[in-house]
Amino acid sequence: MNESASVIRQAAAVAEKPQQNSMLRHARYVVSENPVTGFAFALFTLIALCALIGPYIVPHDPLASDTAATLRPPSFAHWFGTDALGRDIFSRVVVATRLDFLIALTSVVLVFAMGGLAGIAAGYFGGWTDRIVSRVADTIMAFPLFVLAMGIVAALGNTVTNIVIATAIINFPLYARVARAEANVRREAGFVLAARLSGNTEFRILLLHILPNIMPIMMVQISLTMGYAILNAAGLSFIGLGVRPPTPEWGIMVAEGAGNIISGEWWIALFPGAALMLAVFCFNLLGDGLRDLVDPQRRT
Amino acid sequence: MLGLVLKRMLLVIPNLIGVVIITFLLTRALPGDPAAYFAGPAATKEAIEQVRAKLGLDKPLIVQFGQYVSDLGHLNLGNSLTTGQPVLTELKNRLPASAELTLFGLILSMAIAVPLGILAAVRQGSWIDHTCRIVATSGVSLPVFFTGLLLVYAFYFLLGWAPAPLGRLDVFFSPPPQITGFYLIDSLLNRDLATFRASLSQLLLPGFTLCIFSLAPIARMTRASMLAVLASDFVRTARASGLKNRTVIITYAFRNAMLPVVTTLGMVFSFLLGANVLVEKVFAWPGIGSYAVEALIASDFAPVQGFVLTMAIMYVALNLAIDMLYGIIDPRVRLEG
Repeated sequence: MNESASVIRQAAAVAEKPQQNSMLRHARYVVSENPVTGFAFALFTLIALCALIGPYIVPHDPLASDTAATLRPPSFAHWFGTDALGRDIFSRVVVATRLDFLIALTSVVLVFAMGGLAGIAAGYFGGWTDRIVSRVADTIMAFPLFVLAMGIVAALGNTVTNIVIATAIINFPLYARVARAEANVRREAGFVLAARLSGNTEFRILLLHILPNIMPIMMVQISLTMGYAILNAAGLSFIGLGVRPPTPEWGIMVAEGAGNIISGEWWIALFPGAALMLAVFCFNLLGDGLRDLVDPQRRT
Repeated sequence: MLGLVLKRMLLVIPNLIGVVIITFLLTRALPGDPAAYFAGPAATKEAIEQVRAKLGLDKPLIVQFGQYVSDLGHLNLGNSLTTGQPVLTELKNRLPASAELTLFGLILSMAIAVPLGILAAVRQGSWIDHTCRIVATSGVSLPVFFTGLLLVYAFYFLLGWAPAPLGRLDVFFSPPPQITGFYLIDSLLNRDLATFRASLSQLLLPGFTLCIFSLAPIARMTRASMLAVLASDFVRTARASGLKNRTVIITYAFRNAMLPVVTTLGMVFSFLLGANVLVEKVFAWPGIGSYAVEALIASDFAPVQGFVLTMAIMYVALNLAIDMLYGIIDPRVRLEG
């Protein structure tokens, strides 16, 4: 038993090596074939940097107002201009990256834990588990998603945590459905049968055998929904939910600049809006690139 | 066909039940004590207990749910705390404004996205194809409130072509007598071209904002399904039989390619109804979305709940209509049903 296991492991290691190589080659091929993915990756690095060290490198305090310099257009001293309270917009846009990024990331991790696990359990066990998970997903899908998020935040209370929860809930069906379909295909796969035969419990099979196998596809899903999560959170704070002024956050900054658009002060809303757009754009492109890498057949 | 319609309607019932349960749970999840909340900040302990008994909050959850359902059955959505008006009346008054905006945006977007998708598929790899891809990717990345503000800046402030983004109609015009509630249709029925032009000019910018937002999924789907259809055997046969290119594309390929596009409309509506709220806020549009946003800011819960419920019911009904439309376009669905 022990011997055969080690033989199998060796064989697996041998089989894995060229595959890993080809995976790398495939990755290089995808990036060189589609320079856009490389661009998206560079953009992602920039966003991550802003989120990590942004607050330490900005030229001005994002909360400090300067009544002598209100509503200044972009200049050398204030790259993105100043808002109605004289706060430096460049600093605020950079500092806001962390909050927006964190809201999106936590909500995506949360929905991955809830939706992903519920989905693979539904796909693997079938029966009642499947029926309950699918029914919950269908009920959530019966709402226009942004409207449901508004209702959830209104009911749970107007805080950032609840924006994260609402964003996670409205993404639940997407994750549950993908995970369910992928787990369902694999429930009778050879490696699952082998794992069951060697005495693994069902729960262990689910977590240690099925989950790692559907991870690549779930990663694509995560990247694709990150953009949507950012948009959703910014939309909620645009209508005045969750983040409170004077906290710098892209959605609320666009809302603050909205009134000034009519009188021609475009820079207050433009720069945070453009940052928001770039972030979403970046995650969408990254998701498409990842999908090409993981699942070339779904390329459109 | 009638059997199919009935069957589809039955399938909607579990969805509606789910929607009602969730909206009910949303009220009960109110932070803190709803009775204290409805009684107001200055209420004494007895007053709170009175409110609790009045609202039925001292009864078990299942009884409360029964009360909620029976209220819904009597079309009673409660009263708004800030205006004191019944929520249902306000929603009914404001619904046409939202519906006109959403439908206008959708029609605009279909009119642009479908031809764009077809051209992109027919001339695969050409500049039109690339334009389609760029439009599709940037369309989904643009926050809808940001697009709206950009359009306002360009067309109102810089060019001066559009009126100020302040509602459905300029203050100098009075709304046309209500027939359908849609200003465009009502003013035409009333043969009032000046009002028609005024309301159209107010509608254009928010309409285009929604259009840009919903362009992407429709164009993408049209392109993908056109490509699949163009590669199929019957198109090859049609071409081999010497039919004109135009006939092949419009009569044979396009008709079949529309089926998946109609299916995506369900998803597009989900996005549109949500985006509608943001667009209404940007353009001070007096629809149900801005009503809900005002109530949200004032922590006035009944209008929000009524709004969520109305939107969900409308969305379920729209999906049902799309299903029916599918049955009309594709005879095979009817046979299976």
